[in-house]
Amino acid sequence: MDQDTTAHDADDTTAAADAPEAEELLIEEISIDGMCGVY
Amino acid sequence: MTTLEATALAGRALELHPQVALRPEPFGALAYHYDTRRLVFLKHPDVVRVVRALADHRSVAATFDACNIAAERRPAFERALASLLESEMLHDRTR
Amino acid sequence: MTALVDQLKTGLDAPICLTWELTYACNLECVHCLSSSGRRDPRELTTDEAKAVLDELHDLQVFYINIGGGEPMIRRDFFELVEYSIGKGIGVKFSTNGAFIDADKARRLAAMDYLDIQISLDGTDAVTNDAVRGDGSYATAIRAMDHLRDAGFVERNGPFKISVVVTRHNVDQLDEFKALADAYGAQLRITRLRPSGRGADTWHDLHPTNAQQRQIYEWLLAHGENVLTGDSFFHLNALGDENLPGLNLCGAGRVVCLIDPIGDVYACPFVIHDEFKAGSVRDAGGFGAVWKQSDLFRELREPESAGACASCGSFDACQGGCMAAKFFTGIPLDGPDPECVSGHGELALAGVTQGDAPRPMMDHSKPPRPTPVAIGRR
Repeated sequence: MDQDTTAHDADDTTAAADAPEAEELLIEEISIDGMCGVY
Repeated sequence: MTTLEATALAGRALELHPQVALRPEPFGALAYHYDTRRLVFLKHPDVVRVVRALADHRSVAATFDACNIAAERRPAFERALASLLESEMLHDRTR
Repeated sequence: MTALVDQLKTGLDAPICLTWELTYACNLECVHCLSSSGRRDPRELTTDEAKAVLDELHDLQVFYINIGGGEPMIRRDFFELVEYSIGKGIGVKFSTNGAFIDADKARRLAAMDYLDIQISLDGTDAVTNDAVRGDGSYATAIRAMDHLRDAGFVERNGPFKISVVVTRHNVDQLDEFKALADAYGAQLRITRLRPSGRGADTWHDLHPTNAQQRQIYEWLLAHGENVLTGDSFFHLNALGDENLPGLNLCGAGRVVCLIDPIGDVYACPFVIHDEFKAGSVRDAGGFGAVWKQSDLFRELREPESAGACASCGSFDACQGGCMAAKFFTGIPLDGPDPECVSGHGELALAGVTQGDAPRPMMDHSKPPRPTPVAIGRR
């Protein structure tokens, strides 16, 4: 039976949803003025 | 981040800035700095765990150890912490 | 990991911030007023009711609120409420026309922590500004800014904001607005005119032309680094490859909302209409229950379809535009924005029968002065 590989390669495009070492940053700053619908 | 910068960061004792409020969200947390009015999303629960734990450990590296952050994940976490330092959400502990 | 914007579209357990109109009373009668303000509503929240809302916002960990109106400083408990809010750890930014900021109030405001001020101004000279905001309003705003400067507000609290609604008549003044803000150490904020409130009647004459929309987009890209926009121009992103800074997110009912002077909760300040009313803070369960459980907000947090815009390559950039702009010009919500930069909105507008567009439901405008009747002799 095949085993799934669990390599944490940043180039792996099938990286699991909770693999934070993927290209996306772990934090994101947004402007407090930066969402529409406020004065 | 250079290797030198990462090494330097790993040894620092950090904590959440006292003017920062951390509000849990399903995907992580929202951090708001009352003085600078900057707003940052911590997009993963593990980042939130680490940020909260920083004050209780002697260094960033020790915090990673205590939070069971695997070695291959640490560069991304270091970038996150560096960014939070830059935006003053974190600062060096004085004691 | 989902993109942040996609997380926010499904809504949060509490707003990030919200607009709270404290009163419909106003000393001005701006022709485009989004809340049709002028006369106080007798059903206004009492001081105690307002504090109860602030208690709830504290428990929800709302970090800051935008207070407006009408003219919020008209409320006798204005300072009491602002101080109560700050005492509960909720920062305040309030929007004002400046009429009530004298030297004394300016000093008092400058001494407060976690307080920001937004002065409304729609022209860099009295002629342009007063045409929209009324005689003397330009001088009033400048005077308020002078008082804030003299009181050292900026040194202590950081830049106050000068907030401009961009119209056909002031779009050529963007450089001057920036210079004005710089001169005071203030920060410029430019926002989109929506056909809301009294704006429903004046929108067709005041909204920027297609050429002017491009002018705004290009100006923001070239000069907008320190200029706030409230993310209100994301419909212009379809004009080019570069997106304006901001989330490009309609936050209504997802991360922001409005509490109006009588405690009604709407998706945002630009849709004061039953169609977008989620509930009332006076309902059992208060604000929290409305935010978390109202049918309207649940609906707004569902994934949206592109509707009529599905076949347009620009949808990712413009998100189909603004609900308020569509609603009050009579365009269906799954249709194009009336100011769609590709012209689809103009087509849609042409299809709207005169008089069919929804009318604002709350009108607190002051009645017009009766024309004096000449008494003739028989």
